[in-house]
Amino acid sequence: MQAIAPLLSGLRPGAVHAIEAKGARPRAEAGFLSTTGTIVQFDNVGLRYGTGAETLSDLSFSLRHGGFYFLTGPSGAGKTSLLKLLYLAQRPSRGLIKLFGEDIVTMPRKRLPGFRRRIGVVFQDFRLVTHLSAFDNVALPLRVAGVDEKDLQGPVSEMLAWVGLGHRASARPATLSGGEQQRVAIARAVIARPELLVADEPTGNVDPEMAKRLLHLFDSLNRLGTTVVVATHDLHLISSIGSFEMLRLDRGTLLDPTGALRHPPRRVDA
Amino acid sequence: MSALLQTMGAADRRLLPEGRLAGPMPWVIAIMMFLTVLAAAAGLGLGGAASSLGAGLGNRVTVQILEPNPDRREAEAARAVARLQGLPEVESVRRLAPAEMAALLEPWLGTGGLEGDLPIPAMIDAQLIPGARADALRPAVTAAAPSARIDDNGQWLAPLGRLISALKWLALGLVGLMIGATAATVVLAARAALDTHRGTIEVLHLMGATDVQVARLFQRRIALDALFGGMVGFAAAALALVLIGQRIGALGSDLIGSANLPATSWLALALLPVLGVGLAMLVARATILRALGRML
Repeated sequence: MQAIAPLLSGLRPGAVHAIEAKGARPRAEAGFLSTTGTIVQFDNVGLRYGTGAETLSDLSFSLRHGGFYFLTGPSGAGKTSLLKLLYLAQRPSRGLIKLFGEDIVTMPRKRLPGFRRRIGVVFQDFRLVTHLSAFDNVALPLRVAGVDEKDLQGPVSEMLAWVGLGHRASARPATLSGGEQQRVAIARAVIARPELLVADEPTGNVDPEMAKRLLHLFDSLNRLGTTVVVATHDLHLISSIGSFEMLRLDRGTLLDPTGALRHPPRRVDA
Repeated sequence: MSALLQTMGAADRRLLPEGRLAGPMPWVIAIMMFLTVLAAAAGLGLGGAASSLGAGLGNRVTVQILEPNPDRREAEAARAVARLQGLPEVESVRRLAPAEMAALLEPWLGTGGLEGDLPIPAMIDAQLIPGARADALRPAVTAAAPSARIDDNGQWLAPLGRLISALKWLALGLVGLMIGATAATVVLAARAALDTHRGTIEVLHLMGATDVQVARLFQRRIALDALFGGMVGFAAAALALVLIGQRIGALGSDLIGSANLPATSWLALALLPVLGVGLAMLVARATILRALGRML
């Protein structure tokens, strides 16, 4: 298997803001139970859609730089809503959220794009741009960030090859299978080496072998300093990662009986 | 403005699906531009007619010497011409020759009308300097020629001039309305485009695209549509104006002929499609930025 680390570091430094993962350290070096280097902090966060009941209630936790987190819970527990708060698709109804050390609840809207460029997202429904080829979809974050065409050709082609879609670079999403679309979505999420990677059921449509391969991609990215949050039901997926931390949601509430998530989550060694 | 003119890479342009001429907007803009150019041409032509009316016919007086005795009439006419030539308000004086008088009266009196005892007044045509009033001539002329009657052309042309002026302003008002309607069309088209591509916009936003980056994609599309519509509309209107100009020329009327468009007016009309593109881009940008501002 081709090593992913050289591939991810192949982009010209400084070409994308997120390439410089400020303050990030390899997971092995990250301080266990350290409260320094916090990348995400939630304090009494609640989320309500319209006038209905709260989808998320009293969420208080923090995620540290370079951590690998699984978010689990039954369907309807609020995993996707929590991820939306993380990737800035939603503002909370109440509470405080700090991302990269800044309060994003009261942050002016015009500053949000700069933060979003530091986050990679794998959407549950992929959200590929239907009229763009697989190559152009993967290149999207780099183009948004203003990377020169000559600088993105190599990394995007290599990334597509790495997820096994080098031969489908010019294919439109409609002609790709569900699994292929998912791999394009994952390649798009990681291509700019984000500081925070948020993935919503990223391996739901791929075979077990490809699922392991993609998780290895996340793990490699994590070792380069990216904080990874993966929402999943797949326990096999969780067991394939060496060390990680767990967040479990149930009916919109984070299960944290010991309070360890606050300072920060408990580390689990599989 | 620099953001408006910023060029985009081919890859960026692909972020929205191509299909520039799909949808009705280019054709609606073409119709708007056609009507705008016609209205503007009418305004410019009527403006020219009003000017020439004021400067030409409206600034003239006709002096008639009504003395029935031919000898005294001749003497009064000569004195009136001499007096008029000496007045500072008068630019030029010309007495109509008998042949010209005969030609004027021929439709009523026939070819032999001036021969005989029928007393025909002597007629003097005086061109005044701009701003001069016919009333100022009256004391001097009647002193020189007691039977003189002064007809102020401006007086009877004034209602026509006011009508032409009103039509000119109406035409310019129509241009304003057309510009407003074009802007409204662009607003609707921009909103429709945003709705159509909402999914793509959300993805772009979540990847960190700024509102200006997204707006630029739509500006370009709408500018191309406006350019196409503007050129088609202008070409059709120009053809119509050329044909109307030929018909006007065939009339051989000084008054109506003065409504023909000079080269400067054509230049002004040719700028309308360019202004239309600029207007469409600005309106599209403002509409899209405002709509995006409501999204997170």
